[in-house]
Amino acid sequence: MEPILQTQKLSHVYSAGTPFQRAALTDVDLDIYPGEYLGIIGHTGSGKSTLIQHLNGLLKPTEGKVLFRGQDIWESKERTRQTRFHVGLVFQYPEYQLFEETIYKDISFGPRNMGLDEAEIDRRVREAAHFVGLRDEQLERSPFELSGGQKRRVAIAGVIAMEPEVLILDEPTAGLDPIGVEQILGNIRDYHEAHGATIILVSHSMEEVARTVDRLVVVNDGVIPFQGAPREVFQHGDELEAMGLGVPQMTRVFHQLRAMGVDIDASVYTIEQARRAIRDYRSRKGAR
Amino acid sequence: MNDSIIRTQDLRFAYPDTEAGGPSVLNGVNLDIEEGSFVAVLGHNGSGKSTLAKHMNAILLPSGGAVYVSGMDTRDESKLLDIRRTVGMVFQNPDNQIVANVVEEDVAFAPENLGVPSEEIRRRVDEALKAVGMYEFRTHAPHLLSGGQKQRVAIAGVIAMAPRCIVLDEPTAMLDPVGRREVLDTIRELNRTSGVTVVLITHHMDEAAQADRLVVMSKGKVVADGAPREVFQRVEELKSYGLTVPETTELLWELRQEDGLDVPLDALSDEECAQVLYDLLTAV
Repeated sequence: MEPILQTQKLSHVYSAGTPFQRAALTDVDLDIYPGEYLGIIGHTGSGKSTLIQHLNGLLKPTEGKVLFRGQDIWESKERTRQTRFHVGLVFQYPEYQLFEETIYKDISFGPRNMGLDEAEIDRRVREAAHFVGLRDEQLERSPFELSGGQKRRVAIAGVIAMEPEVLILDEPTAGLDPIGVEQILGNIRDYHEAHGATIILVSHSMEEVARTVDRLVVVNDGVIPFQGAPREVFQHGDELEAMGLGVPQMTRVFHQLRAMGVDIDASVYTIEQARRAIRDYRSRKGAR
Repeated sequence: MNDSIIRTQDLRFAYPDTEAGGPSVLNGVNLDIEEGSFVAVLGHNGSGKSTLAKHMNAILLPSGGAVYVSGMDTRDESKLLDIRRTVGMVFQNPDNQIVANVVEEDVAFAPENLGVPSEEIRRRVDEALKAVGMYEFRTHAPHLLSGGQKQRVAIAGVIAMAPRCIVLDEPTAMLDPVGRREVLDTIRELNRTSGVTVVLITHHMDEAAQADRLVVMSKGKVVADGAPREVFQRVEELKSYGLTVPETTELLWELRQEDGLDVPLDALSDEECAQVLYDLLTAV
């Protein structure tokens, strides 16, 4: 399969030529495939935010290339502009970026900029609103009357309304309570399934990425030390710990269990897998 | 048993609203916080936990009932300064709490305002920065620090006022795992070594698990109150309040409920959970 997004030897240096010069990304090669649910993890300052801002052309590479469907996104001005419609980026704490008088106007801002006709804008606003669980009668209200979690869902709807093929979300669940977290992750999953969209989820929570993504990319010191299925990535427990990331709690418990001398599969990272491993172990040992 | 440093009596609060009268946020909260304890307050968004926190140093005043800080009624305006000196607050967003361009000047801000003599300020600032592990950054610019470091500077700024109690309102919500650990370790250390009373408002179950006492809020009321180990065993009840439990507890609970295995629910840490599983598997 052809990657939908690709970085080739991508490097980015902030404040180049000043005493504050700092390399944020160094020779990063990353392939992202259509329809996959990708997780990006890395601690603060690892370069992960710099990386995702390159994927929709908000930052220009100091060196290297970013390709969308095989074409350099910086090839022409129009190409860069189009990429921003195809690759939607939801920032951290996007609720601070709401600005319109009504929820409807706020969500319609993106599609309007794309030059769509009124009927299409209307369809997209309503569909996006439904994805995030907003009812029609709420759309004429001010977004500032909503709770924090609802505001964030409006902000996400504003990006979804552009119907991007790739949806990137930078810590979309930060600061939310468990119900708010589940709602947002559910909204993202719905969009992923309904549109076959590629999702890139940036997260600090190992437990969260463990149960949502198909593939994990670890960013540290401006490079990608490893990537792969969560099960493979979480094998690097000690290295992840040294990067300030750690592994999911279930992985830690099962590693401990192995260290205590129990011959059990320690590659589990969700509660579901933990239960299965315990069942398997018990049936192997002949428990009822 | 120590005296309570904060006491709420049938505390009620509604945000004033110009039209129909605002919705009530706190509906009769009775709580005694013992001096020297480490109390976590857990609740979903909108449960009233932040509103409760803001009553603990008179940022908000009760609509009904009363709040006493070290015996002082928070509605008594003449006691306001004493109340704020007794209970310091740390908020969620580190960027909104830092005022100066140099770390040590930021920490000195509050004691300067309190009119503390300058040699005493020097001593307090140094001690506060050492207590949060930020002494070597004292001449740095706060905006170049990480989130966890900034939040520790904000905590140092509160410690420099020498309060007897610190209330932290979701201090780690905007931090990464390293930042969260730094802040939590700092809080626990302060409580243990200096005996400062800590009230930690959070919705991270693993943070709440580290406290001596866990208070759960829902719909403006206290719905559970006890040692974390006990409270977390009430899995179904907590779920009904829109909360989850630590993954260790969730696993043991599912093993009991779904797989019919006889395991105790009171294991919180990784080690305790591994021990329970070890006992289960080696008993086969």
